[in-house]
Amino acid sequence: MSTQTHAKLIRGADSDWEVVVGLEVHAQVTSRAKLFSGASTAFGGEPNTHVSLVDAAMPGMLPVINKECVAQAVRTGLGLKAQINKRSSFDRKNYFYPDLPQGYQISQYKSPIVGEGEIQVDLTPDHSIRVGIERLHLEQDAGKSLHDQSATMSFVDLNRSGVALMEIVSKPDMRSADEAKAYVSKLRTILRYIGSCDGDMEKGSLRADVNVSVRRPGETLGTRCEIKNVNSIRFIGQAIDVEARRQIAIIEDGGSIDQETRLYDPTRGETRSMRSKEEAHDYRYFPDPDLLPLEFDDAFVEGLKAHLPELPDAKKARFMADYGLNAYDASILVADRETANYFESAVQHGGVSRDAKIVANWIMGDLSAFANAHGLSVLDAGLGADALATLVDLIGDGVISGKIAKDVLVMLLGDDKGTDPRELVKARGLIQVNDMSAIEKAVDEVIAANAQKAEQAKTKPGMLGWFVGQVMKTTGGKANPQAVSDVLKAKLGLS
Amino acid sequence: MNDLTALTLAEARDALKSKSISSVDITRAHLDAIERAKGLNAFVAVTAEKALTMAKASDARIAKGEAGPLEGLPIGIKDLYATLGVHTQACSHILDGFKPPYESTVTSQLWRDGAVMLGKLNMDEFAMGSSNETSYYGPVASPWLPPNWSADKARAALGGDKRGLLTPGGSSGGSASAVAARLCLAATASDTGGSIRQPAAFTGTTGIKPTYGRCSRYGMVAFASSLDQAGPIARTVRDAAIMLRSMAGYDAKDSTCVNSPVPDYEAAVGRSVKGLTIGIPREYRLDGMSGEIEALWGRGAEWLRAAGAKVVDVSLPNTRHALPAYYIVAPAEASSNLARYDGVRYGLREPGGDITELYENTRARGFGAEVRRRLMIGTYVLSAGYYDAYYVRAQKIRTLIKRDFETVFADGVDAILTPATPSPAFGIGEKGSADPVEMYLNDVFTVTVNMAGLPGLVAPAGLSAEGLPLGLQLIGRPFDEETLFAIGETIEQSAGRSKLPDAWWA
Repeated sequence: MSTQTHAKLIRGADSDWEVVVGLEVHAQVTSRAKLFSGASTAFGGEPNTHVSLVDAAMPGMLPVINKECVAQAVRTGLGLKAQINKRSSFDRKNYFYPDLPQGYQISQYKSPIVGEGEIQVDLTPDHSIRVGIERLHLEQDAGKSLHDQSATMSFVDLNRSGVALMEIVSKPDMRSADEAKAYVSKLRTILRYIGSCDGDMEKGSLRADVNVSVRRPGETLGTRCEIKNVNSIRFIGQAIDVEARRQIAIIEDGGSIDQETRLYDPTRGETRSMRSKEEAHDYRYFPDPDLLPLEFDDAFVEGLKAHLPELPDAKKARFMADYGLNAYDASILVADRETANYFESAVQHGGVSRDAKIVANWIMGDLSAFANAHGLSVLDAGLGADALATLVDLIGDGVISGKIAKDVLVMLLGDDKGTDPRELVKARGLIQVNDMSAIEKAVDEVIAANAQKAEQAKTKPGMLGWFVGQVMKTTGGKANPQAVSDVLKAKLGLS
Repeated sequence: MNDLTALTLAEARDALKSKSISSVDITRAHLDAIERAKGLNAFVAVTAEKALTMAKASDARIAKGEAGPLEGLPIGIKDLYATLGVHTQACSHILDGFKPPYESTVTSQLWRDGAVMLGKLNMDEFAMGSSNETSYYGPVASPWLPPNWSADKARAALGGDKRGLLTPGGSSGGSASAVAARLCLAATASDTGGSIRQPAAFTGTTGIKPTYGRCSRYGMVAFASSLDQAGPIARTVRDAAIMLRSMAGYDAKDSTCVNSPVPDYEAAVGRSVKGLTIGIPREYRLDGMSGEIEALWGRGAEWLRAAGAKVVDVSLPNTRHALPAYYIVAPAEASSNLARYDGVRYGLREPGGDITELYENTRARGFGAEVRRRLMIGTYVLSAGYYDAYYVRAQKIRTLIKRDFETVFADGVDAILTPATPSPAFGIGEKGSADPVEMYLNDVFTVTVNMAGLPGLVAPAGLSAEGLPLGLQLIGRPFDEETLFAIGETIEQSAGRSKLPDAWWA
């Protein structure tokens, strides 16, 4: 792990500044039912259609823990290489708000289900940092207040009320907006691998409270401000940059930072004060007497561990070791579990192993370009792993040229979706011409038609490329370019 | 007709079984009695039509030989149990008009077993009180006449502000009054610090607060979740045993409910107490305790000794801390439990210029003075800077209290005998108006049991010199309600069943 501190410093008016960032990520737990009720967690229902009596805090209703949410938190903890606490407990965080029906949020304040862990965050292929995890705890989401539906009233939608969240708290280990962005992106990848959170930031499944402070290098930690509820990786980066610059300007002007909660406004590119430390709520945390301590045994943890999928770091290492990929390619392929699986299926299709580097290049090159252009994932582009494998084999076996293969790919992603590439090249007459007599004939024709150039070429070998191009043109691109080149060299006397 | 209301629950059950009476008849008799006893103010909602429909269905089941354990028996339900489509307000204004679309687990088990619902019973608001005077629906009068009062004088008071009439205790005052006045065969009640046992003692009835976790709290309006427990008030120990068997049981909807089989409690009634060891805790002998209560306590010990039990002195050294610790833990939990009554989704809404004003107006007008006091105490003891000094220390004391009991039980004591209350029933308007602590002291013998989560039974033990009922409390091992029923019945038999007051209110 190298430390490139200087590159990350922010230049102020009179000195350099270091920004210190810690993140509290709220990740919605993937589960059918809410944390303490049987109501559905489905996204996008009509307002107040996924609300149980418990979620609406009717008198006498009691929370009952959803075991699947517990399992998801433990799986995530294992993925973060963290301490799993076999005994944890729930507390009430008390405050009044219309979208909080109970008048308190059930959370884990004193004793979280997951303790310290860490994530390896790759900044570049050869530079990574470790970000410490302070804790992970389970808590309820609140409902949604709608202030724009009526001139005089606010409406409340309780569909989200009681949905399980994991709050994942990092240590203040990040020193730039880029590091914070890379951390969230890696955390998101891990959560998606595990299947404990879909990571969909547009739907609010993942959002972050960002703690930012600044200091001159070597100084103790500065006073931090917390930027609440930032809902995209891009905005997290922007918020850190503008907040750091705001704090630096204040300190350089002789002022000091007030600890406070702020909001990031992406349209104006600034953070605004939400409430000061003095205005902070007194949440009156205390153990929730409706719930017993959450306890499970080693067997429960081991059972979950045994079914944990291979995680991105391990997969990357294996791709490098088993397939000879470089760190960069491996990183890109493992960033998405589906893409990584697709890559492996293509490499191993039919029980034959093919050149993994070539498969990777097709995925990261033409296929990704097509997918991105159409707003699709690589997997949804419509080219089966078997088809990609066949395409690569056709090139390797000299049946088509690499150039023709690009055209074939476009066909396979377009009107010929689902066609076997082997059948396709046959049907379209795209098979490479390897017949030497046919190639010699074509070469002879081109030399005859360009006798003067052929004479010049004998002393200017650089002209070979032009001749190859001409032969390819007359053969409709189907001639084996290597063979064409060899025959031309011989006939032009260049060998 | 009146004869039918004089039956005990067990007698009525047997008469129904032998078809010598019908459920419709005994239900009608109770509805008539309720109508005549309106002045006592025990019921806040009478569900006559529902009662008769249920009674008819019971009679049909009895005819077909499909009777449940409580088939056709008319009972009353404390207003904090959610009853489907029926008035459920915990006698608070803030739940104005609330009729739940659901049924509490305890009441649904009672209906499952064939019981008939007469209506909802008055109580202290949110179960906060020891005299039923904090109810939004006004105080409940005890059917027992104040010493030296004539029936005429009492009737006149019933029509007025009821001052001077006796309180039935609280918070389950409606339950105790209705059972003692023969307005229902038995009633559900609930106990957070003594709310079943003190009213039982004040009205000459039997009440049991079972072990924490024995009954489901699902659908009971919460006061203090770690202390609240359902239980019955009935006219005899046997009747209480019959009721508890139907009320108790595991419920997956309450995480604190314990999954262990429910014994046939009635079978324990009549079981000999010979060879049992009864502990007499010396710390319950309070300074200034009335000679009468002390004498009663001694008499109880004598009865048990005469029945073959061994009576030993025991020590529960942390007893004196229990009441102050209770009045931290209970309000702390209440301050959070009652946050949901905010005027947003159900019950009372007092509009305001913005959401904060709506909260303030609704809660200021919706909650009575005693509830507001406890919510403020609870909010205070949980607030930053005070939490450790109050809530954390109270929890430590709670652990010590629990340990005291564990030590005594580990030494071979089967049950502990104590007075139920420091005095017989007092008058409406007599206590607590100047100093709320005066009222809180009523719970001095009962709160320890809630703090330790143990079962506690109060059995009628005779009358005071002035002719008022007195009760004795038995505290048992966790989930050993059976022993309490056995000992309780011995006390009941030894004391001799006191004649319940004549219906002067009718």
